Amino acid sequence: MASVKLKAKALEGGLVEVKALMTHPMETGLRKDSAGELVPAHYITEVVVTANDKEVLKTNWGGSVSKNPYLAFNYKGAVGDKVKLTWKDNKDATDSAELTVE
Amino acid sequence: MKKPILASLALIILAGGAWAADDDKAIQALVDQYISTGYQQGEKQHSERLKQDETLKTCSETRNKPSDDQAKTIMEREKATIKYPEGNKMLGNWEKGKEVFNTGFGMRVGVIAPDKADKPRGGNCYACHTADPKEVAAGNIGNSLTGYIKVRGNSEEVVKYTYEKIFNSQSYVACSNMPRFGHNGVLSPEQIADLVAFLVDPASPVNK
Amino acid sequence: MKKLLLPGLLMSSLALTAVYAAEEPNADAYREMTYGDRDANPALLVVDRGEELFKEKRGPKNVSMEECDFGLGKGVVKGVYAELPRYFQDTDRVQDLESRMITCMTTIQGFDEAELKKKTYANEKSNEDNTDLEAIAVYIASQSDGMKINPPTAHPKEQEIIKVGEALFYHRTGPLDFSCASCHGADKKRIRLQNLGNFSKAGHDAQKAIGGWPTYRVSHAAVRTMQHRIWDCEGQMRLPDTEYGAPLSVALIAYLTAQAKDGAYVLPGMSR
Ligand code: HEC
Ligand code: HEC
Repeated sequence: MASVKLKAKALEGGLVEVKALMTHPMETGLRKDSAGELVPAHYITEVVVTANDKEVLKTNWGGSVSKNPYLAFNYKGAVGDKVKLTWKDNKDATDSAELTVE
Repeated sequence: MKKPILASLALIILAGGAWAADDDKAIQALVDQYISTGYQQGEKQHSERLKQDETLKTCSETRNKPSDDQAKTIMEREKATIKYPEGNKMLGNWEKGKEVFNTGFGMRVGVIAPDKADKPRGGNCYACHTADPKEVAAGNIGNSLTGYIKVRGNSEEVVKYTYEKIFNSQSYVACSNMPRFGHNGVLSPEQIADLVAFLVDPASPVNK
Repeated sequence: MKKLLLPGLLMSSLALTAVYAAEEPNADAYREMTYGDRDANPALLVVDRGEELFKEKRGPKNVSMEECDFGLGKGVVKGVYAELPRYFQDTDRVQDLESRMITCMTTIQGFDEAELKKKTYANEKSNEDNTDLEAIAVYIASQSDGMKINPPTAHPKEQEIIKVGEALFYHRTGPLDFSCASCHGADKKRIRLQNLGNFSKAGHDAQKAIGGWPTYRVSHAAVRTMQHRIWDCEGQMRLPDTEYGAPLSVALIAYLTAQAKDGAYVLPGMSR
């Protein structure tokens, strides 16, 4: 199942608004399970967003970002742009979502 | 063929009247039935907690507005249940009482882990009362207890009243919203004596 | 790389995530804040998962839940939640969304009821993802977003269960002598800092509460349904775990929903 819910729409003034929700446990590595054992860290380390294959956003995350994180930003772009978001986590898992701006 | 129609109409009206009269009983029967099927069963579930005593029955039926007679009966009955600490020492240690006043631990059943035996229960009084003015996370279902002795003094009578009120709130106010902490075995007489000290000791932050 | 415009916006969204993790924000301010950008609600991810589960052919009989009648006819999802709880002829009882789901999943899909009820809610202490039941419920409910809270009351059993629910609302029991009315029976009351709605009267408080559930509870990092809320409050009353979808919880939900009549559903909700 897709782990990313991606939305992008063109705003006035040559901007595109990107919004993304990502399904991820974002385990800090500091939480203990019911048996008192530390739950290993498991969080997104990097999110990259491209528009027409050019990077428009790159951000590094850590364990302090909440579960199922949300990201919103604008970039200079237009209708027809192909927007792609890719995340990578500390266990080298990755997922992405892609759409064309309407 | 008019007659039979009229007759059946009359019957419907009669049945309607009877239904209205029995309405409360029918609803109460369903309440009892739904309670008996509404909770999970099993050792950890403590379904004995679903049994109402006479006092709570009256409070539920009257929506916490008992008649004067009912209120009198309740207060007398509840007063008779009060147990006092060893040697009648109703004034304990305010610092211990401060802790009991604050913590909300205890009495959980079911899938949420039941009480650990070594951890004392609390009264969670801040859920409903302000007391130490420094504690801002205080609720407002009960009245403010800040400056408790300023209005009431700290005579022996006040000590006894406060002890009895906490042990069994309904000994003074029938159908009070406040739990009967001692009567229900949530807090021990000694813990209640500590709470009394927290409220009436001039050194307690409540009275500063 | 194109120049990133308005980095402030990105910062504020990250700041928002930080606020999610913080403790006990004021509930009203919180709602306003999150409703400012409803796309920020992680429940939307769960709604998507619920939709897939709903449409997928599942269970021993390998059929989808589109075969189910939630009150407006087989296969209709849009607007059904706005008209629940309601009386269903096939089961001869009033059902809320979740008890109806159980009926369909057992009779139409062939799931075992006891098996389904073994794991109804995600455990937030273990950071679990929402269960299938929670996901399906929030998907169905969200198809009534923006609609009027409009539970039917024409059937005698609907009228009856609302009355039973009202009586249950005032039914005091357990070691703390509580009923729902102990906490939700007067205006502007708080337990500690948490605002308690007054559900003993029809109107605003009930509308706001019912209209916002199922909700993404930030403190749980999970979607929660009304069955969960009732279970949670019964636990605060120190009573046994409620039986999922049993008439007791349905009656309470029917009463609360009747008190909320004519309010609006804003779904999925998001709250503390
Ligand atoms: C569920 C809410 C609730 C909780 C919890 C609660 N109370 Fe109360 N309390 C009330 C209400 C309501 C009143 C006022 C009505 C009455 O007298 O019954 C009250 C009254 C009192 C009074 C009498 C005050 C006066 O003006 O005479 C005292 C003393 C008191 N509470 C102490 C406590 C202590 C100590 C605890 C914790 C062990 C506690 N309460 C927990 C609701 C609560
Ligand atoms: C001991 C106090 C207490 C009792 C008793 C209690 N609740 Fe609650 N209830 C709460 C608290 C605390 C909240 C959470 C409020 C918040 O999150 O701001 C709550 C929340 C709710 C909500 C959601 C409100 C919203 O706006 O999201 C509903 C619905 C509800 N309770 C119903 C009930 C019902 C039905 C009962 C009886 C079975 C009950 N409660 C008994 C304390 C209580």
